[in-house]
Amino acid sequence: MAMMEYIDAIRLAMKEEMERDDSVFVLGEDVGVKGGVFTTTKGLQDQFGQERVLDTPLAESAIAGVAIGAAMYGMKPIAEMQYSDFMLPATNQIISEAAKIRYRSNNDWSCPVVIRAPIGGGIFGGLYHSQCPESIFFGTPGLKIVAPYSAYDAKGLLKAAVRDPDPVLFFENKKCYKLIKEDVPESDYTVPIGEANLLREGDDITVIGYSLPLHFAMQAAEELEREQGITAHILDLRTLQPLDREAITAAVRRTGKVLIVHEDNKTGGVGAEVAAIIAEECLFELDAPIFRLCGPDVPAMPISPPMEKFFMLSKDKLKAEMLRLAQY
Amino acid sequence: MDTQGTVKKVNRHEPLGLTDGQVIDMYRYMLLARKYDERSLLLQRAGKINFHVSGIGQEAAQVAAAFALDRENDYFLPYYRDYAFVLTVGMTTRELMLSVFAKAEDPNSGGRQMPGHFGSKRLRIVTGSSPVTTQVPHAVGFALAAKMRKQKFVSFVTFGEGSSNQGDFHEACNFAGVNKLPVIIMCENNQYAISIPAHRQLGGKVSDRALGYGFPGVRVDGNDPLEVYRVVKEARERAIAGEGPTLIEAMMYRLSPHSTSDNDLAYRTKEEVEENWKKDGLAHFRNYLTELGLWDDEQERDFAAQCNLELKEAIEYADNAPFPKPEDTLLHVYSESEEGV
Repeated sequence: MAMMEYIDAIRLAMKEEMERDDSVFVLGEDVGVKGGVFTTTKGLQDQFGQERVLDTPLAESAIAGVAIGAAMYGMKPIAEMQYSDFMLPATNQIISEAAKIRYRSNNDWSCPVVIRAPIGGGIFGGLYHSQCPESIFFGTPGLKIVAPYSAYDAKGLLKAAVRDPDPVLFFENKKCYKLIKEDVPESDYTVPIGEANLLREGDDITVIGYSLPLHFAMQAAEELEREQGITAHILDLRTLQPLDREAITAAVRRTGKVLIVHEDNKTGGVGAEVAAIIAEECLFELDAPIFRLCGPDVPAMPISPPMEKFFMLSKDKLKAEMLRLAQY
Repeated sequence: MDTQGTVKKVNRHEPLGLTDGQVIDMYRYMLLARKYDERSLLLQRAGKINFHVSGIGQEAAQVAAAFALDRENDYFLPYYRDYAFVLTVGMTTRELMLSVFAKAEDPNSGGRQMPGHFGSKRLRIVTGSSPVTTQVPHAVGFALAAKMRKQKFVSFVTFGEGSSNQGDFHEACNFAGVNKLPVIIMCENNQYAISIPAHRQLGGKVSDRALGYGFPGVRVDGNDPLEVYRVVKEARERAIAGEGPTLIEAMMYRLSPHSTSDNDLAYRTKEEVEENWKKDGLAHFRNYLTELGLWDDEQERDFAAQCNLELKEAIEYADNAPFPKPEDTLLHVYSESEEGV
């Protein structure tokens, strides 16, 4: 075990997988000499060389498309999108190509590519360095989508993604990079894709979410328990696609009250599907309407501090909504 | 002049290293593809199949390119008019017909994709889609893998002049140029993107764009298979020698409508099409072989009959083959094994 930041865990996962399997390589803008604009790939080029930590031209569709081609050959590329806001030029490659390669070839070809992209705001990034694009890709069968909340999961899910035989979108939260610091094993382990994780047990309300907002939920839950004796049951989806339906329904049944949280905007977000699953499978076990606390339905996050604060979720916003649900 | 007093045709293939047997084979593939194409059109018109998209007029360049490649090792990323190309690298008429009839045994997609969407891992034909030119970055990815793995293969990718306007074309060419990758990028400029003529698609020449990517761009007469063979072979030699990509623009003409859903005379004249039939690479290559004494009318008749018989059997087989099970729609979204873990 070593104390490390979320960003260190991501880097360690890549390092370990590259040491384990020489078909694994990293490509993207500024990933090599600079080590990434966030330092996510720092030191990797020194260890593995220019070919396996490949600085690419500034062209996201080529980064994804070349990685897809190499993956079809049998390589294990990890393609980095510098910000998830900039991955939209690669959307056609991801949705029309990567997601459909196995299906359209009747299982003849496959595409074991990993596409990493930092999501989320709270760093004064403005409209185009703060977005959460999960819902753009969510609902595209053929893709797997993961979005870790903890450093432990970041390492284990990235290693699982690299070893997965299908395309995986790895949405890492850039606010978590330095905010989350915890003990992470320096040994080899994976976190299975498709399994949600119970972060906290409780009896009064259930909170379901993924990525950064769960950090606020955990803080809010501690305060609510200490101050009011309200206990929250908190489920981290970890994998957005495929969703862990059993874990979702089990977590809802535990308390009969559920709040779904994410920073991506509310309409058409992952939470809408989670709410639909709950409605389909355990509607009559609910003691309150399904609550959702999400980013507002505006195009993206403004840079001005009060506006960014208004957009972002926080411990206080979570606490207020969790209390409202508990008292419903 | 020979003793009979006729002009002796110059043998152009021998200096390229092609034997008489090889050029005869080239012609046979062209003719087989032409017959396949004509038959598919008839099947659609007869209501036996839903759709056909034609490659008539493009066979000469396709076959020639395939002959210039290493058909045992290279990777191929064809586009939807490349019947002659895929036949030359080993796909059978039966396999193509299974795709046309959308049957379970279709090796391209198990009856999932439209005809002309090729794919066969066995033949190293990389699965393709309908959004155009997405395959060019994939070809660059295969070439990157060749370089990283120090393997002596090249990737070969084709597309039309219309789709050369897509960002993926530009992004992929630039990526290949920066990294000097062993990829051959061949535009089949057939003068039309459905209804839009080349002069409304292109402000200049596709081949000239290579200058900006830092590698050679070559324009070649796509109706002359020996010229296409020469430039693809040279491109392959450069690629294998580590000298990087080549962009080839093969000039040709789409003699058929865009697809069976298209009425081409709404946007071009009968006279224009007839004028281009006179340039048909297949007919010219037959004349070339005939003049050299390598091919005659009897051989033509015999081989055409052989093609017709092969196609008849392929159609019967495909027509009678079972469809996929309806519920097989649900298969192969993800791997069903734990491969790679």
